[in-house]
Amino acid sequence: MSTLHTVNKSPFEKTSLDVCLSHAGAGASVLLLEDGVYGATKGTAVETRVKQALDSVKLFVLGPDLKARGLSEDRVIEGISVVDYAGFVDLAAENDKVQAWL
Amino acid sequence: MKFAIQVNEGPYQHQASDSAYFFTKAALEKGHEVFRVFFYHDGVNNSSRLTTPPQDDRNIVNRWAELAEQHDLDMVVCVAAAQRRGVVDEGEMQRNGKDATNIHPRFRISGLGQLVEAAIQSDRLVVFGD
Amino acid sequence: MSETIKKFLYLNRKAPYGTIYAWESLEVVLIGAAFDQDVSLAFVEDGVYQLTKDQDTTGIGMKNFSPTYAALGDYEVKKIFIEKESLDERGLTLDDLQHLVWEDEDDDWAEKDSIKLVSREEMTALMEDADVVFSF
Repeated sequence: MSTLHTVNKSPFEKTSLDVCLSHAGAGASVLLLEDGVYGATKGTAVETRVKQALDSVKLFVLGPDLKARGLSEDRVIEGISVVDYAGFVDLAAENDKVQAWL
Repeated sequence: MKFAIQVNEGPYQHQASDSAYFFTKAALEKGHEVFRVFFYHDGVNNSSRLTTPPQDDRNIVNRWAELAEQHDLDMVVCVAAAQRRGVVDEGEMQRNGKDATNIHPRFRISGLGQLVEAAIQSDRLVVFGD
Repeated sequence: MSETIKKFLYLNRKAPYGTIYAWESLEVVLIGAAFDQDVSLAFVEDGVYQLTKDQDTTGIGMKNFSPTYAALGDYEVKKIFIEKESLDERGLTLDDLQHLVWEDEDDDWAEKDSIKLVSREEMTALMEDADVVFSF
């Protein structure tokens, strides 16, 4: 069963991103939103972990949350797709369920 | 597709209610059905009609209410969580001997069973929180 | 009411008392039990702290809700999964947690363990298998 996981915490404050990635099955989708978007940017201490995850899961980041935080799309790690709220809805619909890592 | 939305955090303190609002709006604009928006934990505070944000800020409560008006959304506030946090409608006021109500008329107070039912009846449950 | 039975997974990742999430999510489990769905509870990360023995809240003026977990069996909630890695990381073992049981009416009301210790891999499979995940 395919799952859309959502992570809304900065990886520098909470372990949610790491724990989510270690529980996301192969082929799952992971959407970073709210403060979770910081995990999608290049040059951070978690970049290696995130890039590694790209081998088994699809990663997405919510564009409006990036923009609000002054992060342009070219700061986003290659392989992570930027989506808007409509894209978030599509992801929720395409997958069989949504699992929030609150 | 039928969505159920759960909001666990209050307005302004946390982005959860904003994210849930934009998700719900986008889902409705795409022609999906939203079976119910369920407000739990501090999320019950999203229903206070007494909220008075500054003029240059968004009015989260009214924004939900307008979306509900446009799309005939069912917005349910958990009764147990509401009682703890002083979110009151007419029925609760009388039952608990309170001297006021504060709930916006577009929201209704009901039990947790409404969340469980929404999860059963909908194709997807999407949770927003801290 | 719908005839379909869904696999519900309640995801518990937060410790008790510091915030209300653990208690209010347990309230959902209790109410949800009346809906006859296929219910599992997952305790990962700080969620495992919800089940520790000997909780005594007299000094903090809050209700000790930990005895409520022992009643879950009476609500037909008998699939409680604890992630081993989460316990290990916190220096805990199953002995530090409450012993939760349910009574099997098909087996002369024998008491059976509700708690199952699972690996992270098994927990991942459980999550994959769920139809609905409740997060609080």
